[in-house]
Amino acid sequence: MRKLVAALVVCCGFALADSMGAIAIRNAKIVPVSGPVISKGTVIIRNGLIEAVGENPPLPPDAWIVDGEGMTVYPGLIDALSTVGMPGAAPVAATAGRGGGRGQTTTPPVAQPAPVTTTTAAPPARGPEDRPNTSSWVLAADEIQATDRRIETVRGAGFTTTVTYPTRGIFAGQGSILDLVTSDRTGDMVVAPAVGQYISFTRTPGASIFGSFPSSLMGYIAYVRQIYLDAEHYKLVKDAYARNPRGIERPAYDRALEGVLASKRILLPANRLVEVDRMLRFAAELKQPAILYGMREGYRPEAAPLLKKYGAPVLVSLKWSEAPRDPDPEAVETMRNLQNIDQGPSTPALLQKAGVTFAFYTDGIDQPRELQRAVKKALDAGLAREDAIRALTLSPAEIYGVSDRMGSIEAGKIANLVVTKGELFDANTRVEMIFVDGKQYKPAPEPPQSGGRGQVGETPEVNR
Amino acid sequence: MKTRIRIAVLAGVAALGWPGFGLKIAAAETIVIQNATILTVTQGTVHGSLVVKDGKIAEVGEKVMVPQGADIMDAAGQYVIPGIIDCHSHIAVDGSVNEGSTSVSSMVDIRDVINPEDIAIYRALAGGVTTANILHGSANAIGGKTLVLKMRWGKDAQSMIFEGAVPGIKFALGENPKRAGNPPGGRGFSVQPVTARYPATRMGVEDTIREALNQAKSYKADWDAYRAKVAHGEQPIPPRKDLKLEALEEVLEGKRYVHAHCYVADEILMLLRVADDYGFKIRTLQHVLEGYKVADEIKAHGAGASTFSDWWAYKEEAYDAIPYNAAILQKKGVVVSLNSDDAELMRHLNTEAAKVMKYGGLSETEALAMVTINPARQLGIDKRVGSIEPGKDADLVIYDKYPLSDYAKVEKVLIDGTVYFDRDKEVSGRPAKELEKKKLIDKQKPSEPRPRTGGGRGSE
Repeated sequence: MRKLVAALVVCCGFALADSMGAIAIRNAKIVPVSGPVISKGTVIIRNGLIEAVGENPPLPPDAWIVDGEGMTVYPGLIDALSTVGMPGAAPVAATAGRGGGRGQTTTPPVAQPAPVTTTTAAPPARGPEDRPNTSSWVLAADEIQATDRRIETVRGAGFTTTVTYPTRGIFAGQGSILDLVTSDRTGDMVVAPAVGQYISFTRTPGASIFGSFPSSLMGYIAYVRQIYLDAEHYKLVKDAYARNPRGIERPAYDRALEGVLASKRILLPANRLVEVDRMLRFAAELKQPAILYGMREGYRPEAAPLLKKYGAPVLVSLKWSEAPRDPDPEAVETMRNLQNIDQGPSTPALLQKAGVTFAFYTDGIDQPRELQRAVKKALDAGLAREDAIRALTLSPAEIYGVSDRMGSIEAGKIANLVVTKGELFDANTRVEMIFVDGKQYKPAPEPPQSGGRGQVGETPEVNR
Repeated sequence: MKTRIRIAVLAGVAALGWPGFGLKIAAAETIVIQNATILTVTQGTVHGSLVVKDGKIAEVGEKVMVPQGADIMDAAGQYVIPGIIDCHSHIAVDGSVNEGSTSVSSMVDIRDVINPEDIAIYRALAGGVTTANILHGSANAIGGKTLVLKMRWGKDAQSMIFEGAVPGIKFALGENPKRAGNPPGGRGFSVQPVTARYPATRMGVEDTIREALNQAKSYKADWDAYRAKVAHGEQPIPPRKDLKLEALEEVLEGKRYVHAHCYVADEILMLLRVADDYGFKIRTLQHVLEGYKVADEIKAHGAGASTFSDWWAYKEEAYDAIPYNAAILQKKGVVVSLNSDDAELMRHLNTEAAKVMKYGGLSETEALAMVTINPARQLGIDKRVGSIEPGKDADLVIYDKYPLSDYAKVEKVLIDGTVYFDRDKEVSGRPAKELEKKKLIDKQKPSEPRPRTGGGRGSE
């Protein structure tokens, strides 16, 4: 009888968990990530939290039982850098290009409206004081739309959590950790509202080099440097004014600097080895804790020792460099691009070996099959499966300082779980159930033809 | 016995990896180049040997003592000159060399965007260039900060920087700064005048420079006042740091060299007067194609001139150029260099130098000086490089023939006593590199079945 109920729960998709008391997944293989694998055990969840985990914890009398025979329970996957939930989000900048040429880190123009700024034919910026492409005060948590259909898609791939960022602009705003529950109140999704400032050096769509400041990579870097100098000064003046306003000229309120000062870490784009070197030095100069994202050339022998030396964690894009789809038959690919395609997926294994803290981000790969194939490439290139799992669970939680509440299967942590038939990242593995904040979801049926990158639900014409 | 020196950076490896970064370069501690014709530039020509010790030139002479354990390079029939110095280059930069959005872009710095993997570096090396002044573009009356690099191919960005060289800044006069950001035909024809950038006239360029320098003066005054208060034991709030004005403050204090893009004589005079008004020196006038018209004034100011050998008429302000420009300026006592401003021209600056022997009748040494010791003087690095003298950096180029000849080829290039380019190794290493590339291409070929061409015949 209990089995029948469990089956019903599985089938009906949307959870009843709120009203249900406890749920116990029994006889399943459990991969807690933070400890050894339990080959047959039980996870008990209640009120959105993991109540107990072990080989044979006492079952609460009110628990709904889920028979986990033949299934494996993992912590919910975390996408360490995502735009899921953001309206009209730009693709994450660092890996937008294919291949991996020698150009700077830029994104091809995407003609979509910016999320917050409502600039109508603003005069071009002529310097840092105009605060160009800056919305540092924006929090993803304040912008998310619960109706984003990608929430369901990525959940179906096993993601219970995204670290969602605003990605438009030089200082785009702060990312938020979101649990992918279906709720009318977006506040229910937010685990941590402000986890880091997203910085990118993305050219304004269609901008001329004589247009708005900054228009060159060195201009972007100079702008970021000036902003941090300004922020330091702003704080100094503000504090002095707060101590004793009498006789002191009132400092002007600057939301751009407020946003920067409120950020506890920054995300910097770094794909090429040159960029890794440049951004590590830059972060050290700014005295800001930094996470580098991209890592297209992270496989190069110099990358891991550098990252180790600076102690910076990195987010590795799962969108590996690929050969161009319709190449010019006359074009000769550069050796660097060929190597990026060949060796890119060995990056995580090399980082792991060197002891560099890293997490994966999907970079728009949200279809379960594609995700599986992308991770498989890293496994084939030498990454151990448990390290791949860690890079999608506990490592991102640690990088963002929330491993006390998520990232592994431990009593007291948030009940974010993925239950699969077969081992995660195997070709035939199916996600059977997803628990987010203890609420159970069924994976959405995968579309017959995986459309690749971009947002689900868009027409192909839009999704170029 | 031709080459016993260990090659520190194999060209083949360097083209693929970044060996200097992670690996230790095995520089020979002592090298002796024997039987060479050594054109020292400052000390005449020596038929003999050159000793390199710990990256420096130790001895030059007809007969030298060969230190024990030295690597011997036999350069019989070959020529050695000091490494070529290019006083105007834009290679090794990531992204645009122009921050073109604003007429004063002194907040940006080439230092931030050095790309040590730009293949142009290796190609410049193969043309004998060991040092280059990497400049911001000329889209702005006052451009970005600049710096001098050594072409240490295979090293990381920081290791490329010529340590101790005085940093610079780009100024620009004339067409480029007034046209950039403005519609063709001038502002009067603009449909959207709002987006046009000031200045749009040559007068405006002067005004822009003066205005920026005024701001820098007042910025400096604010900081001086602050520092004075601190010296008196007060605890005032410091003024805001402004990267744009900080760079110009350094110009006013002579701590940052001004390299000014210019063509027309009256504008050259304008800039020299502006500099005199504000009490600093223009370090080099770049291009300076009408410099010959105002050579005395340039000499009186003390500016160097870095020009093209014989490139002219490519725009209106270059119509009055003459190939005798370099020679005339030189004879008037101006320190003159010949530059490339171009990754391709950079690869044969030796023959650019040779042209002043034809146009102006300069000597072989004077010609060579224009791409070696003269640019070194202009960049303030002549104590270190620019000639073959004991104590200087062992930045050397070995040519197979007389280096001012069109037929001369660079055989080897040393920087700090380390071989960074070796023609033999480069050529012999190519098949292996091509094979490696072919392997990767084959590996990545899509495994689709080939379309059939014949009428059912299976053979190919």
